[in-house]
Amino acid sequence: MSAHCENGVTGNLLKHYGIELSEAMIFGLGSGLFFTYLPFIKLNGASVVSFRPLPGLIFKRINKALGIKTKTLRFPRNPEKAMKILDEKLHENIPVGMVVGVFNLPYFPAPYRFHFNAHNIVVFAKNDNIYKVSDPIMEEIETISYDDLKNVRYAKGTYKPKGKMYYITKVSENINLELSIKKAIKKTAKYMTAYPGQIIGDRAMRWLANDIKKWQKKYDEKKALKYLGSIVRMQEEIGTGGAGFRFMYAAFLQEAGNLLKNNDLVNASKEMTEIGDKWRLFATQAARIIKNRANDNENYNTIANLLTDISYNEKELFSKLLKLKL
Amino acid sequence: MKVQEVPQDDANMLEGKTKEIQFALDKNGNYTEVKSVGWEPKNIILQEAWNEVNENITNAINLVENGEKSPIYFFMHKNIMDIKLLSQYTGFCVFTIKRHLKPNVFKNLSDKKLEKYLKTFNLNSINDLKLFDYKKYI
Repeated sequence: MSAHCENGVTGNLLKHYGIELSEAMIFGLGSGLFFTYLPFIKLNGASVVSFRPLPGLIFKRINKALGIKTKTLRFPRNPEKAMKILDEKLHENIPVGMVVGVFNLPYFPAPYRFHFNAHNIVVFAKNDNIYKVSDPIMEEIETISYDDLKNVRYAKGTYKPKGKMYYITKVSENINLELSIKKAIKKTAKYMTAYPGQIIGDRAMRWLANDIKKWQKKYDEKKALKYLGSIVRMQEEIGTGGAGFRFMYAAFLQEAGNLLKNNDLVNASKEMTEIGDKWRLFATQAARIIKNRANDNENYNTIANLLTDISYNEKELFSKLLKLKL
Repeated sequence: MKVQEVPQDDANMLEGKTKEIQFALDKNGNYTEVKSVGWEPKNIILQEAWNEVNENITNAINLVENGEKSPIYFFMHKNIMDIKLLSQYTGFCVFTIKRHLKPNVFKNLSDKKLEKYLKTFNLNSINDLKLFDYKKYI
C-alpha cells in the first residue's frame, strides 16, 4: 500500500524485479512534484488544477533514471485485444501496470467514485475470469472481473485511458542511484520554477491566485465555491501523502540529503515541509469559506494572497536547488 | 506536519475499506508514513461535491415525474454525467441525446437504442429504464 498510485504501481513493478526503493524515493526520482493550472480544460465541471504531471510520466522518468527497459501499449479502438495482450503477459508471469477510471471500479470507496481517469493499478494474476489487482490506494489485494476491468480500462471523459498498459522488460544490473537523484532534483527544480510560460510551476500558482480573486465577481457563488473546492480536492486527493505531494517530496529531499551526505538538501527538506504546512492551511481556509465558517479575515482575497505567498516560497526553494552544486 | 498532527477525522469517506497514507515528521525529525482515516477540510469539500450531485438528482426526479424529461435525464445525473460524457459512453451524438431526453421521443425509442443506455448506466432490463422506479437507485 502506498500514498500515490503511480509511485505505488512503479514500486510494485520494480519490487517484482528485486529493486526495493521507498515511495518517497520513487516519487523524487520520477520528478513527481508538480503544479499546473489549465483554466481551458475542465474536469468534473471545474478548471484543471493538478499537483502531478501527466499520468505515466513518473514511471517513464524513473525507468530512464534507473536504466530499466519498459514497454507501454495503447489500444484506442480494441478493448478485446487490450485484454488479450494483458492475459498473455500474465501468462508469462509479468505484472502489468495500467491506467483505469475509478467511477466504475467496483472495490473503490464509493465517496471517491467520480469520473476520474488517471488511476494506476497493477494486475498480476488471473484465475478463471477474475483478475488479482494490487491497487496502491487499497490495503488488501483486490479482485475484479473481466468485464469490469475492460470497462474501467475504457472509461470515457477527460484523459481517457484507452486501454493503456505498461510493464518492465529488462532491468539494469548497475544502478547509479546517487547520480539519478541529482539529475531528478535538477529536473524538478527546472519544471517548478524555470519552465517557459505560465501554466507550470510558481507562475501558474500566481495565475491561479489572480483568478481566485476574480471568481467571486465573475461567477455565481455556487460555481465560485465549486472551483475553490476542486483545487483542494486535487491537492488532498487520496495518494498525495498530504499537501499536494509537498510532504512526500520533503521526505525524498531528506532521504536524498542523508544518502548524499548533503546538508543543503536536508535543509531544503525542512523548507519544503513548511511550504506543505502552508498548503494545508490553504485547504483549511478554503474549506471554511465553503462551509461558511470563515473568520472575518478569511475570504477569496486572503486565500489568494496565501497562494501567492506559497508560490514565492516554492520559487525561492527551487531556484536554490537549481543552483545547488550536487 | 508532525506525526501527532496527522488528522484522524473519520467521516466514513473510505468506508472502512482502506486508509490514507500521510507523510509526517517523527519526534527525531525524520519523515515517516502514517495512516489516516480522513481530514475534516477534505471531508467537507468532498461532501459538498456530493451535495451538488444529490441536488441535481433530486431536480432530475422532479423533471422526470412532471413529464418534462425522460428517465435518461435522471440516470445521467445519477451517474454524475453530463450530455457530453453520456455521448462518449453511448456513442450517440450530443444532439441525438438531447432528443432522447424528451419524453415523447424517449417513448418511441427502439430497444436497440435503449440497450446502449442500459449498458452505460449498468441497468439490467429495459423496464428499469422505462418504468421510472427511481427509489430503487437512491
